[in-house]
Amino acid sequence: MSKPNLRTRGLGALVGSTLLALSFASGAVMAQEKVLRIGMTAADIPRTLGQPDQGFEGNRFTGIPMYDSLTQWDLSKADAASVIIPDLATSWAVDAKDKTKWVFKLRPGVKFHDGSAFNADAVVWNVQKVLDKTARHFDASQVGVTASRMPTLRSARKIDELTVELTSSEPDAFLPINLTNLFIASPAQWEAKYKAVDAAVTDPAERAKKAWTAFAADASGTGPFKMSAFAPRERLELVKNAAYWDPKRRPTIDKVVMLPLPEANARTAALLSGQVDWIEAPAPDAMEQIRSRGFKIYSNPQPHIWPWQLSFAEGSPWLDKRVRQAANLCINRSELKAFLGGMMGEAKGIVSPDHPWWGNPSFDIKFDPKTATAMMVEAGHTADKPLKVKIQVSASGSGQMQPLPMNEYIQESLKQCHFDVQLEVLEWNTLFTNWRKGAKDASANGANGINVSAAAMDPFFAMVRFVSTKTFPPVSNNWGYFGNEEFDALVATARTSFDDKARDAALARLHARIVEEAPFIFVAHDVGPRAMSAKVRNVVQPKSWFIDIATMKMD
Amino acid sequence: MIFYLLRRIVYTIPIMIGVAFFCFLLVHISPGDPLVSILPPDASIELQKQLMKLYGFDRPWFEQFATWFWRALHGDLGTSIASGRPVAAEVMRAVGNTLMLACMATLIGFLFGGLFGFVAGYFRDSWVDRIASALSVLGVSVPHYWLGMVLVIIFSSWLMWLPATGAGPGGSGEWAWDWAHIQFMLLPAITMSVIPMGIIARTVRALVADILAQEFVVGLRAKGLTDLGIFMHVVKNAAPTALAVMGLQLGYLLGGSILVETVFSWPGTGLLLNSAIFQRDLPLLQGTILVLATFFVVLNLLVDVLQTTLDPRIQRS
Repeated sequence: MSKPNLRTRGLGALVGSTLLALSFASGAVMAQEKVLRIGMTAADIPRTLGQPDQGFEGNRFTGIPMYDSLTQWDLSKADAASVIIPDLATSWAVDAKDKTKWVFKLRPGVKFHDGSAFNADAVVWNVQKVLDKTARHFDASQVGVTASRMPTLRSARKIDELTVELTSSEPDAFLPINLTNLFIASPAQWEAKYKAVDAAVTDPAERAKKAWTAFAADASGTGPFKMSAFAPRERLELVKNAAYWDPKRRPTIDKVVMLPLPEANARTAALLSGQVDWIEAPAPDAMEQIRSRGFKIYSNPQPHIWPWQLSFAEGSPWLDKRVRQAANLCINRSELKAFLGGMMGEAKGIVSPDHPWWGNPSFDIKFDPKTATAMMVEAGHTADKPLKVKIQVSASGSGQMQPLPMNEYIQESLKQCHFDVQLEVLEWNTLFTNWRKGAKDASANGANGINVSAAAMDPFFAMVRFVSTKTFPPVSNNWGYFGNEEFDALVATARTSFDDKARDAALARLHARIVEEAPFIFVAHDVGPRAMSAKVRNVVQPKSWFIDIATMKMD
Repeated sequence: MIFYLLRRIVYTIPIMIGVAFFCFLLVHISPGDPLVSILPPDASIELQKQLMKLYGFDRPWFEQFATWFWRALHGDLGTSIASGRPVAAEVMRAVGNTLMLACMATLIGFLFGGLFGFVAGYFRDSWVDRIASALSVLGVSVPHYWLGMVLVIIFSSWLMWLPATGAGPGGSGEWAWDWAHIQFMLLPAITMSVIPMGIIARTVRALVADILAQEFVVGLRAKGLTDLGIFMHVVKNAAPTALAVMGLQLGYLLGGSILVETVFSWPGTGLLLNSAIFQRDLPLLQGTILVLATFFVVLNLLVDVLQTTLDPRIQRS
């Protein structure tokens, strides 16, 4: 065996030291914390105490990542409608005799971030926090965003450690869907905060209020991420919950930092300068620049509808079905989509044709100006005698996409089909308030249509509130007073179809009739554009307002 | 002097009550729902009524005002409807951040504005004057919002030298006067400084030119005083007015930075007001306006007192 010469030994030492250095380096890389920084559109961190504000952006960022609910949306697919799946409840069923009672079986072995156990008591406690005014932990500030999203839930009762009974005000097959909005916070953590309130505060309601404020700053749920730092209005930091109960959603990203960046250009600049890895709703004009710098843009039609909601009040020009259908056929949605840089879904109804509630309506919404014009002439409107309509719109607003250019485009499009459209532009909050007052109220100011976009996540908010005679203003958002016995019967059938397939079939029949009767001009679905760094992987943008951060990975 | 001070303090009391009353009235008569931030538009009318009662918005406005004002006098500005956090703490944290930014912007504005103004006034009608005057006109004319965006595009998006948004790597709560944090303040401070810079430059230019034309300057020259000595006299004579303008500018910057703070997501009173307006968070809006108005009134008082100290003739008039 020959002795290695000096040169060989030198080379060996070099290779050895390089390997050693590489192994240290890889160790360092492995040890490097994977941090995902997100720029939200919200001006403040959505509330962290379990029931977020700031609309569905709140649920997306401080709801779903930190908390679980009894049922959840399936966010694992980009090419199919997001449907309800079990979360903290493993199964549920309505009482065969009394359809106002539901029994939910709970998931065993789940722990809150503070180490306490999730059980039936926790569910009852969380229902009480928003529905039982006599409960010590009742919090008025959480009622609005929660109770409105589960309007028929009345109470909860423990049956055993892992079984609860929920009671609704009337038979309601939509209840399991609505329960995605009730996030389960830790009663033990809240109790600890309550006990820690200064003894000088003796009023129980004031103590409870302070306990909730303290809980919001040190929250505890059962979700895949745990709260680790919180600076109001500036940043929220979450760390992974390595003990999360669902191994498929156990995070690999170590830390998520959320920053409120309400201004679109500021968000875009933060992304381009490397301050954040992900921004919601990038500035439309910057899409090409964002792509050219190697970032990825994700989008997918959401359960959202951007319509003109039409008036059926006496004297409204929209009472003629031919006019309503003609307007729906007179808009070139593909061109509008191109005009918005592709960031729009073309609406053919409230939901899209791949949705279980679609229902194959006989009226096909498409761009057909020839047929539209013929229908208008048949209805007695010509180029010399166009039909005058007035629509209330906003200049901005949550979910409104780009209301002014979009409405002006529609105004121009409808001209070719003998419509003379007058737009009345209102401040967003004013328009929102008018929406509840209805077309017969003085606030309508002679308008016979209103442009308020809406979430279409669950059957009530997607359809029922717009077509039932029970939801005429000021009860809910049937602004245009559309509805009759047929639609009330369709709604009742859907509400009392407790088998999932039967419920979806009933909703499909309702949706088909809505499209055929066209109480809306269906224009667009928002696509929820977001831009991300290429180092964020495993991104699934579902057909939902939500997205699952837990399953994402980072290079 | 003490009598003058007391008189000025007494004058501020009705001003403060008036400000509180009008800001309360303005936010209450504006259209929209005061619970819009916590109550979706699709909520039932029963729920809306229930919450209006729980939050006390069903009571007459004068009763609401009396309750709010009495609590405000005791330092309790209520609770934010949207966040559920105490308004006083939210506002004071934001005031601290805006104060830092406004002071930095005023400092930049005063230094460069004063420099441009003195140079322009001293060398009146020369090319130096024309350049300095042009810069000051530009400063007054350029829209804040636009300049902020341009600076972000150049220094953050293209060059990647400075961060685009925020108040430090860990937020304003972990603020330190080191480069890691100060770099976050530079772009918003420069953006905010251009208007005071322009105004101060124009004021100082006019003042210097005016003082230089006065007889006492000729007298000083006749006495053989050097240019530096004359310059010091000019500075001393121009200082009260320049200080008053600077004080007012600081006041404006404290309350008038909504656009800049929004562009840079700087967590100050401007961003807070923006958020309160868009969320129709009435307690937060009222509390922020009241605190800002108080700052403005107090600042004016301080400037008046400072002016009186520098120039006793003001007190006599």
